[in-house]
Amino acid sequence: MDGVAQLKKRLADYTTSLYDEGYLDDQFVQLQQLQDESNPEFVVEVVSLFFQDSQRLLSELAKALEQQSVDFRKVDAYVHQLKGSSSSIGAQRVQRACISFRNYCDDQNIEGCLKCLQQLKNEYSLMKNKLETLFKLEQQLLEAGG
Amino acid sequence: MGLSTESQFHVLAVDDSIIDRKLIERLLKTSSYQVTTVDSGSKALEFLGLNEDKHKDTNQLSISPNSHQEVEVNLIITDYCMPGMTGYDLLKKIKESSSLRDIPVVIMSSENVPSRINRCLEEGAEEFFLKPVKLCDVNKLKPHMMKTKYKNNHQNPENQENEEISEEIQPQPQQQQSNNNNKRKAMEDGLSPDRTRPRFAGGLTVASN
Repeated sequence: MDGVAQLKKRLADYTTSLYDEGYLDDQFVQLQQLQDESNPEFVVEVVSLFFQDSQRLLSELAKALEQQSVDFRKVDAYVHQLKGSSSSIGAQRVQRACISFRNYCDDQNIEGCLKCLQQLKNEYSLMKNKLETLFKLEQQLLEAGG
Repeated sequence: MGLSTESQFHVLAVDDSIIDRKLIERLLKTSSYQVTTVDSGSKALEFLGLNEDKHKDTNQLSISPNSHQEVEVNLIITDYCMPGMTGYDLLKKIKESSSLRDIPVVIMSSENVPSRINRCLEEGAEEFFLKPVKLCDVNKLKPHMMKTKYKNNHQNPENQENEEISEEIQPQPQQQQSNNNNKRKAMEDGLSPDRTRPRFAGGLTVASN
């Protein structure tokens, strides 16, 4: 069982890497600043909502792009929503993937959209894993008395 | 009621995104505001007691009997891009209503479109915030809420001082009706241009300072 100091360091290093690698941006810091003793789970709660909502949007996107006649306005609307929510939690790479996606929507380019969807799914998966790891590290530190 | 001498400002937040509702709620609560969130413009109007079919009666109080009469709203903050009624549509409806038009409205948007911003400001929005909204944005809200300062309407011994210091006379007889918005309208009638002047430099109540 790692000591508190080691856990702290691991958490700090991991957090830094997330910012350095562009997974998270300053908005995530803003979220953390809104968390306090009266709302100790705020970040986890918001991020959980983000996970749920993103899953829904990604599945709607897949469906929309499978249609015989693709409704690009609908596709764009879903991507816009995901762009908004990822921006709200500081999920920078997901947000950027959404921005690229919208360009292909504008061009009504199905191939491009499908590629973007795949990319978006990848980025989302990565983000989810990273955040879950982050929360796990935080939990471990808490449990160790840190 | 001795709960607090500082009566809270109440903000109605409108956003179709559940994440953004959670965020704005936290931001507002952190700033000690009371918050109600709804996910659409039509629900916002419902909450405000404005029924769609009554909006034509601009001179009458268009408040339905089962509206939230005890709840006063001091500011409305709404997302721009929403399905159905946009934030702009909502803004317009509020400004067209004689009972609601004095409530300050703030628009939020993830997109920085100057023409959109101008349109909203011209229609009477107090501020336009780019998303994601931050604490420093929320800090700009207080002066706007001070304009709808009718927090201390309810007769309360602690508020006697307030009434003395405030130069805006509260029309007592008109308050006998329980309808909150009656007060708002009554206020409008009884008010001088002083309405826009901030009432207090600091906190909401003088008694506590």
